Amino acid sequence: MRAQRYLSFGFAYYLLLALFLYLPILVLVIFSFNDSTLLVYPLKGFTLRWYSALLNAHELLDAVRNSVIVGFASSFVSVVFGAMAALAIARFNFPGRGFFLAISSLPLVIPYVVLSVALVLLFAQIGVPLSLFAVGVAHTVINIPYVMLIVAARLAGFEQNLEEAAMDLGATYWGTLMRVTLPIAAPALAAAFLSSFTTSFDEFALAFFLTGTENTLPVYLYSQLRFPNRLPLVVALAAIIMLVSVLLIIFSEWLRRIGTQTTPRGAE
Amino acid sequence: MENRSRITILMLPPALWLVLLFIVPLGIMAVFSFREGSFGAEREQFTLENYQHFFANRSYLNLLGTSAWIAFQTALIAVVLSYPLAYFLSFRAGEARVTLLTILIVPAWTSFLLRILSWKLILGSGGVLNTFLLSLGVIQEASPLLIYSRAAVVVTLVYVWIPFATLPIFSALERIDRRLLEAAADLGCPPWEAFLRVTLPLSLPGVIAAFFFVFIPTLGEWVTPALVGGAQGIMYGNLIQDQFVRALNWPLGAIMSLVLMALVLVILIIFNRFIRISDLAGA
Repeated sequence: MRAQRYLSFGFAYYLLLALFLYLPILVLVIFSFNDSTLLVYPLKGFTLRWYSALLNAHELLDAVRNSVIVGFASSFVSVVFGAMAALAIARFNFPGRGFFLAISSLPLVIPYVVLSVALVLLFAQIGVPLSLFAVGVAHTVINIPYVMLIVAARLAGFEQNLEEAAMDLGATYWGTLMRVTLPIAAPALAAAFLSSFTTSFDEFALAFFLTGTENTLPVYLYSQLRFPNRLPLVVALAAIIMLVSVLLIIFSEWLRRIGTQTTPRGAE
Repeated sequence: MENRSRITILMLPPALWLVLLFIVPLGIMAVFSFREGSFGAEREQFTLENYQHFFANRSYLNLLGTSAWIAFQTALIAVVLSYPLAYFLSFRAGEARVTLLTILIVPAWTSFLLRILSWKLILGSGGVLNTFLLSLGVIQEASPLLIYSRAAVVVTLVYVWIPFATLPIFSALERIDRRLLEAAADLGCPPWEAFLRVTLPLSLPGVIAAFFFVFIPTLGEWVTPALVGGAQGIMYGNLIQDQFVRALNWPLGAIMSLVLMALVLVILIIFNRFIRISDLAGA
């Protein structure tokens, strides 16, 4: 039965598409070890020099640092605001709830170019210079809805009796929130943070419009695409980033899996 | 009464944040579309000329039409390729289905730009595919046609969107009550007919959602065409981007964005009941 399942036409199709999705990553990793300044087939020979050269690529490392800062700051804000909204939406019914849900999900579907333009004009209007700060703010707009969905799913997934029990025993609403609800939601919060961070770290379309003199990594990468001889270095970094982000995603999916189980651990 | 203050404390900061950074900017964009210029004194003057210019110049709306056509092809191909995938995962993959789905999603979260760069390495004239085809003798000289074309834009976008098109279809299939299929079988309905008359109609909302999850963001896409589209593959989004990077005609760029936004809102309102945003957050 089991063997048959994996010899099926469907599984072959799955493998084919999985290969299609992973092919570009594979190609980049292979090229990162290729001993040639040109990224062309056939391959020349094995080298680690691109990886060692990375250590001296200051502009590149600055861009990585900028992206990490923007990622951390914007994810932190997104998780705080997203979790607050999720707590209200999952536990209360109030006028404007549906409206807020509709509005807050718009950033998920609106073309980014529209959001970029609107934010460029906002910052021009209020006199905030385009900068990493502007990029971080833009990233919160696209990440808050995701955080809300992830955390609300977690809150909907466990019974409210724990919260009720805590309050019956004399805990205040806010005490219950801090000592019961949030600890239970912790895996979802962590998953939401990681997902926000990876989105921000990789986000290009908004960052391109909103960075000032300092670049985030994707904006820097974009500027390097025009210079073929600088690409091997970029590709080596890409290989590292891809491996790290794959690990981060697997970790965050794992957290979310724990996070959305119906009964929280220790509550059986 | 107590609940009211709790709701206020929880909701006010995120609601204000989103209003200030999402609703207000759209309003400013609308105001900007009536301004005479991007900077200085021109910015203080209001005019309707930008609108006249936009609607008099047919090439703008034509390019929007072209972009809609590219987005339509992309969404259609992505949905057609994703459906069997979602079907396999939901109906045939058993316990492993969430793991198998996660494996598909992982590449989507790695660098978008670098995956596009990789496609350039594969499709470009000195690229892996060309040299491979050359060595097989299938083609006589390297074909640059594989890249810098509208087709290259569609292929690349389909690649980018397949995981996201699979999610809503998978969710819709997961919601189908399997007893309906048993009932169909008990009543003598052959499997393919049960698929056509039970499974497919019931999964249609997911299919429509998947279509629009791809179609709407693709409408405003500019990065992919800038990288692999060449002169033939430019889209409406490139036009908007150009108003801010080179032409520095912000009012015109604001009008173009408003038109795009209006189109998107019309689509969202018409197909509102099919588009379940929560499907995007995962299975």
